[in-house]
Amino acid sequence: MTKPIATTRSATGIPTGKLAVWWVVGSEIVIFGGLLASYIMHRLGHPEWAEYASHTNPWFGGANTFILLTSSLFAVLAHHAAEQGDGKTAAKWLVGTAAGGFTFICVKAVEWSIEISHGYTITANGFWSFYYTAAGIHAVHVIAGCIIMLIIANDARKGKELQRVELIGIYWHFVDIVWIFLFPLLYIAK
Amino acid sequence: MAEHQEDHGQAYYVKIWAILLVLLIASILGPILAPHLEFGFLEAWMITLMTAFGIAVVKAYLVASNFMHLNIEKRYITYMLATMLTLMLLFFAGVAPDVMEHKGQNWENVAAEAEIERALAAQAQEAQEGHDEHGGEHDDAEH
Repeated sequence: MTKPIATTRSATGIPTGKLAVWWVVGSEIVIFGGLLASYIMHRLGHPEWAEYASHTNPWFGGANTFILLTSSLFAVLAHHAAEQGDGKTAAKWLVGTAAGGFTFICVKAVEWSIEISHGYTITANGFWSFYYTAAGIHAVHVIAGCIIMLIIANDARKGKELQRVELIGIYWHFVDIVWIFLFPLLYIAK
Repeated sequence: MAEHQEDHGQAYYVKIWAILLVLLIASILGPILAPHLEFGFLEAWMITLMTAFGIAVVKAYLVASNFMHLNIEKRYITYMLATMLTLMLLFFAGVAPDVMEHKGQNWENVAAEAEIERALAAQAQEAQEGHDEHGGEHDDAEH
């Protein structure tokens, strides 16, 4: 199949697909940044939130940070393999990355179930509203990333569109960075 | 793909990952150990701030530069991302005074003040009841 001409030229010197992913990341900075900035200003303006925040479990958050950092390692190893032209190995690392994302969601499901069963629901108070909104939007990004990753892994396995391995990697590392900031904000600062 | 990229082997990425894990452990242990590490002007909250948020910034930098390869990407991308971060800071600077303060020269956020007063009183009562009951568990979110 012939490619559209837009994939082969770019005023910036950056391949078009990669440039698009960077702009997605840029717009995501504003989305998550706005949300986290709102959280920080409310947290600082409401002394009663300290007690609410003391009920989050840092061990769940810490375990999920470990999982995402490890999956980021897998994503960059997939990129490394794709650069060597080794689509099969890249696909394996991508499947490993997606497995990390799936594990992250499982841990979150257990964590949320426990919290909700204790009455800490999204309507309990402002802190828990932010908690579920921020972590929930992040979790949606993890799920979307896993789905895209598996589609790209399927192509990479056949040696097709290997440049996309790097593109999903950039997105995945960004999702990791968002969690790196969510972790201290929601779990550590009590 | 990044044809201009340095040839980092797998061992290099594993090394970055190991550093990230050490930083993760420090960010969890820091706030726990903070009360025992106070000396001189260094208070517990400063240690918590440094270990929780300072380390988060370092971790984000390591991931962005080494895993996303921002260190060898065209400068245009760094400038674009920095612009987005600046917009976020602008938003914070513009809105924060109205959210973090609950009254000004010609205005007062009565609802926020009432909620803070109500919640703090409820938490104090909860703590007192917990103390009276010799530390029984209280898991309700509504205090």
